[in-house]
Amino acid sequence: MDPRPDIAANRLSPECLAIRFADAHPPLTGGQAAIEADRCYFCYDAPCVEACPTGIDIPGFIRGIATGNLAGAARTILESNILGGSCARVCPTEILCEGACVRTAQEEKPVVIGALQRHATDWQMDEGTQPFPRAAETGRRIAIVGAGPAGLACAHRLALHGHTVTILDARPRPGGLNEYGIAAYKLPDDFAQHEIDFITAIGGITIQTDRMLGRDITLAELETTYDAVFLAIGQAGVRALGIAGEERDGVLNAVDFIAGLRASSTGADVPVGRRVVVIGGGNTAIDAAVQARRLGAEEVTLVYRRGAETMSATKVEQAWAQTNGVAIRYWAAPLRIDGPDGAVGSITFTRGRLLDGRPVHDQDTFTLEADMVLKAVGQLFLPDPLDRGAIAIENGRIRVDAHGRTTRRLVYAGGDCTPGADLTVVAVREGRDAAEAIHADLTTATGA
Amino acid sequence: MADLRSHFAGIRSPNPFWLASAPPTDKEYNVRRALEAGWGGVVWKTLGEDPPVVNVSSRYGAFNYNGNRLVGLNNIELITDRPLAVNLAEIKSVKRDYPDRAIVVSLMVPCVEESWKRILPLVEETGADGIELNFGCPHGMSERNMGSAVGQVPEYVEMVTRWVKQNTSMPTIVKLTPNITDIMQPATAALRGGADAVSLINTIQSVVAVDLDAMAPMPVVGGLGTHGGYCGPAVKPIALRMVGEIARNPATRGLPISGIGGISTWRDAAEFLVMGAGTLQVCTAAMHYGFRIVEDMIDGLSHWMDQKGFATIDDVTGRAIPNFVNWNQLNLKFKTLASIDQDACIKCGLCHIACEDTSHQAIAKLRVDGTRRYEVIDEECVGCNLCAHVCPVDDCITMVPQPVEGVLTWPQHPNNPARVGK
Repeated sequence: MDPRPDIAANRLSPECLAIRFADAHPPLTGGQAAIEADRCYFCYDAPCVEACPTGIDIPGFIRGIATGNLAGAARTILESNILGGSCARVCPTEILCEGACVRTAQEEKPVVIGALQRHATDWQMDEGTQPFPRAAETGRRIAIVGAGPAGLACAHRLALHGHTVTILDARPRPGGLNEYGIAAYKLPDDFAQHEIDFITAIGGITIQTDRMLGRDITLAELETTYDAVFLAIGQAGVRALGIAGEERDGVLNAVDFIAGLRASSTGADVPVGRRVVVIGGGNTAIDAAVQARRLGAEEVTLVYRRGAETMSATKVEQAWAQTNGVAIRYWAAPLRIDGPDGAVGSITFTRGRLLDGRPVHDQDTFTLEADMVLKAVGQLFLPDPLDRGAIAIENGRIRVDAHGRTTRRLVYAGGDCTPGADLTVVAVREGRDAAEAIHADLTTATGA
Repeated sequence: MADLRSHFAGIRSPNPFWLASAPPTDKEYNVRRALEAGWGGVVWKTLGEDPPVVNVSSRYGAFNYNGNRLVGLNNIELITDRPLAVNLAEIKSVKRDYPDRAIVVSLMVPCVEESWKRILPLVEETGADGIELNFGCPHGMSERNMGSAVGQVPEYVEMVTRWVKQNTSMPTIVKLTPNITDIMQPATAALRGGADAVSLINTIQSVVAVDLDAMAPMPVVGGLGTHGGYCGPAVKPIALRMVGEIARNPATRGLPISGIGGISTWRDAAEFLVMGAGTLQVCTAAMHYGFRIVEDMIDGLSHWMDQKGFATIDDVTGRAIPNFVNWNQLNLKFKTLASIDQDACIKCGLCHIACEDTSHQAIAKLRVDGTRRYEVIDEECVGCNLCAHVCPVDDCITMVPQPVEGVLTWPQHPNNPARVGK
């Protein structure tokens, strides 16, 4: 056996990679959309609407598709969720709208709401027009930190009300997790940037990239320059495994692996191990594992410390990984990473079980040979960029009220840096609702 | 095994399923394919006098609903556009090869006795089993004082029928137009004229859709449109009513009826039979799916008859007629209440909103431990059936008849100012 780990780029031809990283779920044709739209019962008090974090009038927009009123359908979606296009692609609809669809109860075959939402929003984006007129300029200026879904949703809603918005983002490109944190085949063809162009077309929004809070500018400076600040800085930290060998070459954070792939134009230059082990149970773990396979890894094993039912990746995501040739092993916790010359050669796990309702890992061990280990055991909010003590932190996230107000006056927050489910669609709601709070606070506090 | 053989106004066929006079029966080629597929008979597409008519290009318009195609079909085609001699030769050839099938010939010539006298012997010579007088076509031909222009004037119906009966021994079916206010008028006129049977309904005058770009009714012919004749599943309710009316009316009781209008399945066929039809004519369903649909029609009808213990078609015909009454014979004491099967309910809320917005506010919208629950308020329910109709789950909402004491009809009702015995 060759003692050197096998980590290499260019495992597959560019043609092959192009196919593997193209749109995983192609759009509905007009005919398919019409048939699917007709399956919607147009429920009253529809469960799908309640299940959508942004509360989109789903029966309403589907009726628009059914009747050929795509402009109305798109507007219905976008007035609740301006990132309806990316949510249509990345939402775990099986646990949201489609999970609640009455056809799921009736026949376990929901209306494909996500695909229909994409059909309508694609139409709008292909039109190249902005469906919402901007109110007259108010002269109010708001800084938004973070150009991810929460920041963008907040920016659009503020711009709609006539405010002027500056978004600062630490990365070279805006978009946040849509640009750097989602599997490439979910948002191909530079969709995140197209959507940003669509959103900013309303006017009054400026985006500054490579501008990091705490490094290039402080919260206090923003407060001085702007009328209000919205923090949407996400989770910059990554949890460690806390095991021996974690520092070895070939042990990567899954988020960095995914971001590297998104930053690459074809994926050809992204190194991947021949045998990859991914540790974790969320969508990041799934996205990393499937993309490793699609880059040409021979064996990819996803190892999760508990059972399938507690995995935060949905059953659909788990099945998607398995369809892509990822082996999923449940009930195993990483113990140590070994290998030659500071590199990865293998990773050893302890088997676990449920004891009195809690997971314990006290069984025998097993070892998987590996060239690369991707860690996806969770991300952390890092409060460091905030001025120390300026804003209350609770359970590791920024404390906010129901409208996104932090404990500091005229500073708001939303998205993954605040409590709540770490979903794109939740971030959009939080950004949107914080914008309404900012608008209300600024306009009612006139003269204050 | 039920006996589906039909003996209708002197015309025999191995089953009651005939193809209606229409495009599918315009040529020998199509008719042979139909008979091979198992159709009991055909009514050959309407023959007229030479020179033949000319048909336009772009002939059909469709009514599609919720993804279902051809719920209704509208056509602007006229009668056969082929020379009379060609059709006659083909009819003769087909009849010779299919002696057991019903070959009926549809006819339409001007309202002049001489015209009928000329064409009838020619048809008789083919060996055809009967004729059908096309007094129904509501478009194009009616502008030339034929088709429904005749069918809409009872006196003409009677007169032409009489001419025909006086000039041929062939069984004569009079095809009626529904584009009238009282179907009994042409039906009784046909009977007076000596008709052996009536067939109905012919198509309904219609504009099936408008092309919003061309700004013209569909089908669009070079930028213009005209009204057409409407048929297909959507017209079945209208046809059933008219068939039943003739079947139950003492003036026409016993007059054989060939039922036409949206018949697509054995169940449709059974409904027409129990409402008084003796044979069934089909067109749109065959145009939509091809001739082989007759297999399931025959098979399904046969199974249903076995299940019900009906041995022959005659046992079925008119079965529902004693129960088809005027409104004022309905029992006003009868009461039925909606009942929701909570285990089957999928929480779509359609029953609630239909009742709440448009009916009697008799379905409550509740949340029980956060879960949606819809419950019938018996005191408010009038038993209208709307909730059961809008519910997308089979058998989830059922209408439960309540115990009733006695009968009270409108003629006896205290609220009726003209009540009996007042």
